[in-house]
Amino acid sequence: MNAQEQWIAFLTILRKEIKRFTRIWIQTLLPPAITMILYFVIFGKLIGSRIGDMAGFSYIEFVAPGLIMMAVITNAYANVSSSFFSAKFQRSIEELLVSPTPNYIILLGYVMGGVARGVAVGFIVTIMSLFFTKLSIHHWGATLFIVFMTSVLFSLAGFINAIYANTFDDVSIIPTFVLTPLTYFGGVFYSISLLPEFWQQVSVFNPILHMVNGFRYGMLGVSDVHIGAALIGLTACVVILFAVAMNLLKTGKRLRA
Amino acid sequence: MTPALSLKNLRKVYNEKFEALKGISLDVMPGDFFAVLGPNGAGKSTTIGIISSLVRKTSGMVEVFGKNIDTDFSSAKKYLGVVPQEFNFSMFEKVEDIVLQQAGYYGLPRNQALQQTEKYLKQLSLWDKRHTPARMLSGGMKRRLMIARALVHEPQLLILDEPTAGVDIELRRSMWEFLREINAAGTTIILTTHYLEEAESLCRNVAIIDQGVIVKNTSVKHLLQQLNKEVFIFDVVGELHALPSLIGYRVEKTDEHSFEVEVDKGQSLNAVFAQLTAQGFEIVSMRNKSNRLEELFVAMVNGNKDLSVATQKEVQS
Repeated sequence: MNAQEQWIAFLTILRKEIKRFTRIWIQTLLPPAITMILYFVIFGKLIGSRIGDMAGFSYIEFVAPGLIMMAVITNAYANVSSSFFSAKFQRSIEELLVSPTPNYIILLGYVMGGVARGVAVGFIVTIMSLFFTKLSIHHWGATLFIVFMTSVLFSLAGFINAIYANTFDDVSIIPTFVLTPLTYFGGVFYSISLLPEFWQQVSVFNPILHMVNGFRYGMLGVSDVHIGAALIGLTACVVILFAVAMNLLKTGKRLRA
Repeated sequence: MTPALSLKNLRKVYNEKFEALKGISLDVMPGDFFAVLGPNGAGKSTTIGIISSLVRKTSGMVEVFGKNIDTDFSSAKKYLGVVPQEFNFSMFEKVEDIVLQQAGYYGLPRNQALQQTEKYLKQLSLWDKRHTPARMLSGGMKRRLMIARALVHEPQLLILDEPTAGVDIELRRSMWEFLREINAAGTTIILTTHYLEEAESLCRNVAIIDQGVIVKNTSVKHLLQQLNKEVFIFDVVGELHALPSLIGYRVEKTDEHSFEVEVDKGQSLNAVFAQLTAQGFEIVSMRNKSNRLEELFVAMVNGNKDLSVATQKEVQS
């Protein structure tokens, strides 16, 4: 396949993925909007007013970046894991596997589909948050880079999950038992400076903490972690997961008999 | 001439235990209409799986129009269209989208993809259903959808794995007609089937696979020449009260209105009719008891004595 044909194949996968999550918008785009409104009402308005300031900002201002990032993470992951596993389950993935589309285009197509949903939901949640608080961007570059790379990272993770999954239960295990706890303990709702020293040290090993704080830095200019290290770590994780996913596609694990 | 498909010593061992293919070699020439026959578990679908890269081969080589699927997989796959045995498209997507996407996976520009999607959906009588989700189609329509999808990039080699399984007779005939047309237009077709009538009716050449080895690879015509005997059923006017006495032929009653006659290779049907007429039997119709290729097929996979000598020689050569 020449470069133009590969580009067409990539756009075909991306278009299919965007069409899929917009077709079922009641399942994909609406729930995060509703959930985030509830978070903003409860944690921002009702409870947040009693908590007071955090890191120099009102509580609702402080949690807004974390909530946006939480929506981006869960939706990027869910899009790729459910879509790719569904294609595997229905065997429609064979349409791609028998075609001349190279493995890296298959991976990029699905990952960018996940990024599209992650970013779309992030945008929707950001619009929702404007009804409850004012938002400003401290550093556009850091904000966009973190959103994009976090979407890529969790899309890759969702892709790997879908390759290994044998049942729909397998697709929901990681989000339920790994992703959600890491996100809730990843500094979305609090600054880790509130934790005892020991738990601060433990929290540093949570990758989501770095992404949430990186994004919070981009919006508010404050962070619990070193931004440079967060960006490098995030990029390194993307590279590693990309290599893992490519290797799985190359060996055909769980895809080819 | 470069074969449309060339397999060399193809082996597949599943889980280091079961050897599904034991080193098969096969050449299919361009323009051929080729049948791959074999009982369940013979290795037909494994072979197609390897060619289409859905199954990883243990060893051996596959070339499609001279392009190696390992070293030049992109070019090899462009030549190839595959219609699998099981439905393997998203049941939630619309008919048109399924075919269009497949065109995109082969790198066809959007305008060309739209044109070819329309062309093949119309040819396979699915154009009216283009906005229908695939799950709403009947079984026959789903099968035609898979053929349209496999053809949208206009492959030079089309492989169909039991394409008419579970399809009613009328639809099967119309699919045969369609396949004949695209073969006449130059597409090489390889077909696996359980309907031996299908192979006899459509194909010029045939390979019979059994237990992972090719036990026969020849033309259908040549294969049928090896048939030593055929059984014909004769239907008589009214009720059959007594069997005719045919000298030199085995005769057996089939039911109240018909009887069967076993005719050896070289024996004349004229002689049968002459004796029946002389004995006052009025015949209204006559037909083969079973599909001729089916008899050969059963004989081969059961190691029929009449054919075993000739078969063994070809397998070893």
